[in-house]
Amino acid sequence: MVERNYQAENSAFKELPDRQSPIKETSIGYWMRANLFSSFTSLLLTLISLFIIAVVIWGLLDWTVLKATWTGTTQDACDREGACWIFIGEKFLNFIYGYYPQLLYWRINLVVILFTLLIIPVTLKRIALRKRLLYGSLLVFVYPVIGAALILGVPSITCNVSDPHPLCYVPTTKWGGLMMTLILSYVGIVVSIPIGILLALGRMSNMPVIKMLSIIFIEICRGVPLITILFMASVVLPIFLPPGVEFNKLVRALIGIIFFQSAYYAEVVRGGLQAIPKGQHEAADAAGLNYTQKTYYITLPQALKIVIPSIVGTSISLAKDTSLVVIIGLFDVLAIVTTSAADSNWLGFDSEGYVFVAFIFWVFCYSMSRYSYYLERKYGIQKH
Amino acid sequence: MNKSNANKTKSGGAGELIVEISNLNKWFGSFHVLKDINLVVGKGERIVICGPSGSGKSTLIRCINKLEEYQEGLIKVDNIPVDDNVKNIAAIRSGKVGMVFQHFNLFPHLKVLDNLTIAQKLVLHRDQNEAKEVAMNYLTRVRIADQANKFPGQLSGGQQQRVAIARSLCMNPQVMLFDEPTSALDPEMISEVLDVMVELAEGGMTMVCVTHEMGFARKVADCICFMDKGQIVEKNTAKKFFEEAQNERTRLFLSQIISH
Ligand SMILES: Nc1ncnc2c1ncn2[C@@H]1O[C@H](COP(=O)(O)OP(=O)(O)OP(=O)(O)O)[C@@H](O)[C@H]1O
Ligand SMILES: [Mg+2]
Repeated sequence: MVERNYQAENSAFKELPDRQSPIKETSIGYWMRANLFSSFTSLLLTLISLFIIAVVIWGLLDWTVLKATWTGTTQDACDREGACWIFIGEKFLNFIYGYYPQLLYWRINLVVILFTLLIIPVTLKRIALRKRLLYGSLLVFVYPVIGAALILGVPSITCNVSDPHPLCYVPTTKWGGLMMTLILSYVGIVVSIPIGILLALGRMSNMPVIKMLSIIFIEICRGVPLITILFMASVVLPIFLPPGVEFNKLVRALIGIIFFQSAYYAEVVRGGLQAIPKGQHEAADAAGLNYTQKTYYITLPQALKIVIPSIVGTSISLAKDTSLVVIIGLFDVLAIVTTSAADSNWLGFDSEGYVFVAFIFWVFCYSMSRYSYYLERKYGIQKH
Repeated sequence: MNKSNANKTKSGGAGELIVEISNLNKWFGSFHVLKDINLVVGKGERIVICGPSGSGKSTLIRCINKLEEYQEGLIKVDNIPVDDNVKNIAAIRSGKVGMVFQHFNLFPHLKVLDNLTIAQKLVLHRDQNEAKEVAMNYLTRVRIADQANKFPGQLSGGQQQRVAIARSLCMNPQVMLFDEPTSALDPEMISEVLDVMVELAEGGMTMVCVTHEMGFARKVADCICFMDKGQIVEKNTAKKFFEEAQNERTRLFLSQIISH
């Protein structure tokens, strides 16, 4: 064995002050060197990407802004070099409200304002959780009914075109456009989430019959594309109804969407419930909580927190899939735009229409995903 | 001196029995995990259960509040049979038996205070103020009242386990079950939890404690059970257990855990 002498080293010990790293990781130059030009391949890829981005952006900018026509009232004002935004401008109200009577737009606006008034307290951190939950449940259970009643009006009062009664009846056949898209998405989401949660609990339940039924429902609805479910809802559902009972198309579409969507939410929520450690169940059991209390206060809240991103992701998919309702004869925003582009006064402006629709979808879906990101980060700090 | 009096009454068998386990047998599938277990726990008695890994210690104490089912024999808690009757189980869990787990099992989405009040409110139907008062009282007893508004994830392991002990105590249990409460803790935190448990024992709490902390066992246990392969191999008073264990396997086990 070698006997070392550490004495000199130990007596030379002295505490060192903190120094700054010689590499300034925050500088732009450092970032570019590390991420863009770190090797020859990386440099090459950076240059190629820049080139592609430049070409695409230039093309887009050229068409959407530089060569675009912004003023005028008819299609003759537009040359075909760039985008013809007056088409969108002229048809804008149509895109938003469908064929709803113009003098009654305020009813729809009121529904939107009501939504805003309810959603703000739900998202505000300053407000007590209890109150936020109250507003949240209003949004889920009460608001859709009030909203539907407002948009629909009183069935016994017919609308005359020039001077409609403020509460006159506007049948769902007149609904359309962005309003239709939002109704389908909103109802599809808020009705399906609670059903999905119940299905998930059913699937994990100890009771064989409930478990079986949940599994069958989930697997059938998930195994079939939405478009097929919509067809079934519009063709098959009426067969089961007594003859003479006319079932509203919009309701049929909603039922189809809810079947489909709740099955997806069910699987998402089940994933969250399965991620809850066994110890949580045991601690709740040992403290005497019954199944309902354990689920409502302990396991479900934790599971839902985990699956927020997936729930939002699934909801975004739904919002986009609502365009499929055109196949059963409902006019969502995309369908209205397509129809408007076939107007003989505005022939051939499909591109502008699609860009506009894409932009609208993007705004809604992107805000949803940002909100989910925010929730994720907010709950992230409480992880253990 | 109070304490030794109490000891005498129950070892004489005249004292009130909180837990009675008779001829308990349990299987996991075909695996016979508990064999003919007989054990009684009197009021104020402290029982420590030790034994090698896989010997069935956790399974045994988890049968007492029916976190595990058993197939043969009978367990009674305060004369209520632990059976398939939902009402009996609810009665046993709500205020008769408290449990502390190896991994604390606090509810991570609830603040410490809410961890302590939730079952009081839901199960014992106490109102918010009363539940909070009880909770703060026990948090003070485990010296952690200043953390009441934090989330469990913000506490150290030792603090979390003390919160878990307080959470069980809030339900005023007649007996506390501990399943290796210190074995998931970093060494420097073990003593803060053991101190709380010793105080609890000194306060007269009935305890059934699975642990390998032999210092703790020596200090508080009225009776130490050594389990191996699903059986209670030896049951003895603390002094006799350490000094003149009757069974060869017990002596071997003791030499293994005490030697290092
Ligand atoms: N749910 C279960 N299903 C099947 N076997 C199990 C189950 N739980 C425990 N066992 C087995 O039963 C035996 C006893 O387990 P138990 O957890 O009671 O042991 P233990 O004495 O507490 O051990 P440790 O000191 O490791 O905690 C072990 O062999 C274990 O593998
Ligand atoms: Mg164990």
